[in-house]
Amino acid sequence: MGTIIEVKDVRTVFKGKVIHDGLNLKVNEGEIYGLLGPSGCGKTTLLREMVMLQKFQGGDIDILGYNLCKIRHKNAQKLRRNWGVLFQAGALFSSLNLAQNIALPLVEYTDLSQKMIDEIVAFKINIVGLKVGDALLYPSEISGGMKKKAALARALAMDPKLLFLDEPTSGLDPISAREFDALILKLRSLLGLTIVMVSHDLRSIYDTLDRVAVIDKKKIAYEGTLEQVTSADSDFIRTFFGNNK
Amino acid sequence: MNFSLHISTIDDKLFLKFSGEFSVYSIASSQKQIELLNLQKVHALELDLQELSYLDTAAAIFLNSLEREFATKNLTITKTSTNAEIENVLSLVKKESLPKATIPKVKKRSLIATIGEHTYANYLGFLSFMAFIGELFATKLYYLRSLKNIRFKEIAFELNESAIKALLIVSITSFLIGVVIAYQSAYQLKLYGANIFIVDMLGISIMRELAPLITAIVIAGRSGSAFTAQIGAMKITEELDAMRTMGFDPYAFLVMPRILALMIAMPLLIFVADMMAIIGGMIVANVDLGITPELFLERFSNVIDARHFFIGLLKGPFFAFLIATIGIYRGLMVKNDTQSIGVNTTKSVVESIFAVIVCDAVFSILFTNMGI
Repeated sequence: MGTIIEVKDVRTVFKGKVIHDGLNLKVNEGEIYGLLGPSGCGKTTLLREMVMLQKFQGGDIDILGYNLCKIRHKNAQKLRRNWGVLFQAGALFSSLNLAQNIALPLVEYTDLSQKMIDEIVAFKINIVGLKVGDALLYPSEISGGMKKKAALARALAMDPKLLFLDEPTSGLDPISAREFDALILKLRSLLGLTIVMVSHDLRSIYDTLDRVAVIDKKKIAYEGTLEQVTSADSDFIRTFFGNNK
Repeated sequence: MNFSLHISTIDDKLFLKFSGEFSVYSIASSQKQIELLNLQKVHALELDLQELSYLDTAAAIFLNSLEREFATKNLTITKTSTNAEIENVLSLVKKESLPKATIPKVKKRSLIATIGEHTYANYLGFLSFMAFIGELFATKLYYLRSLKNIRFKEIAFELNESAIKALLIVSITSFLIGVVIAYQSAYQLKLYGANIFIVDMLGISIMRELAPLITAIVIAGRSGSAFTAQIGAMKITEELDAMRTMGFDPYAFLVMPRILALMIAMPLLIFVADMMAIIGGMIVANVDLGITPELFLERFSNVIDARHFFIGLLKGPFFAFLIATIGIYRGLMVKNDTQSIGVNTTKSVVESIFAVIVCDAVFSILFTNMGI
């Protein structure tokens, strides 16, 4: 298993406030990797830095062999086609219906016929557990859980190797959240994805994650499997994992 | 049971006897009662809490601070209470309250500091607008390398949204402006018997200045604000971020089509505005001054040079560029809260109308000096 993401000594300063100071982590191919930590510790910030939405002030991030600091426009576009990102509230394009949302990357990046695109879209809709009959609904007409599923289908549109999820189960009811966890596990085994996610949901953390990184006090407090997480010395880990298991 | 505070003094000892339910509602009255006391001869204090049936945390904090206050006056304090619940509340408050810690106040700044801060904020705003224009031109060059990159579908959509749908309001507004200008000048011209000169006056003022300006103002209020709100809302819902991670440049997808569409649409709208305003003026000239449409048009073709018309049209793309860029820039400036959509939409309309008028003034001076 190769390393897909490598974060080296990343330093982030936001309006004079240091958020990350020397972060290091590695994500291996095929694993579901969790970013955990107290609120405000910069989990989502790190995720945004990985997907090139935000600049960082020091260090390097390598993704799929590209160094994000030195990447050229052409390679950056290539990289973007190799990952899918699921935003917290879905971020579906409100002017397009579900089918158009999912089809958009296909329409823009390929010369496929409409019939072929429709078929791919129907497959993606099916695989995330939506009904094909919902394809013509607009994002404003569907529930939060459906939005997340549709956004996941859009993230999977180009068959990416890498999937970034920002709090995939937040805002979902417990039943939908468990369904979503099962979906993520299913997709990993079906499509061989590598998944990086930020999460607060303990059930989801124990059910889905292979390895975790806990960010606390601007650094990685722990990186490794969940079994040994309690061995780490961090107040956050003690309170977060203390009463469980 | 109602709350009551019974105060008595024996020799140099003050007795405060609280009874009933002591809650947040009773604090103010007891505080007043206690403040009125003459404490000069008092050397000891007894707080009698035996008859309290209920004590909430606010009242406990009050009792606590009362104790502290008397302690600083070197009084010996004794407290009697039998109720365990009340003891619990008191000890909880004593343990958790932070008498020294005060919630930090918002710092008040001096006038000069405020002016400096605003100036610096405006300077940063100007820099970020310049950065936006720079990025815009960089993308423009990048995307105009090949015709394939121009998003004709989006441009057509925006043309419909911000031009075709604006036709009616632009027509009506400019028609009315034509009527008003003609009506006001007709009255003055009649005094001198210079009726026929209304044609010269209307032709030049409308085609050179009024039609482009009125169109630009209507479009700034209508389409400029819509750009800000649309893009601002997309920013709040992270749609712009989603586009970026999918490799779709928002400049190519959202910004360029809107700017190009408005730059194409504006001259056409100005043309319509020209016609409608002149029709309005023609009707007034006919009714008020007795100039028939035939005579009006004949005089029009004799005295009005085509250059006036073309100058008016030429202003269109410049005004459109200003309105669209300011509208979109303001949309991109929206922060992650709902208030900032309103603030930025207002700013977008005010700034784009101001920019259009400044631009018009520059054109006016430029063209007059060039003798056009």
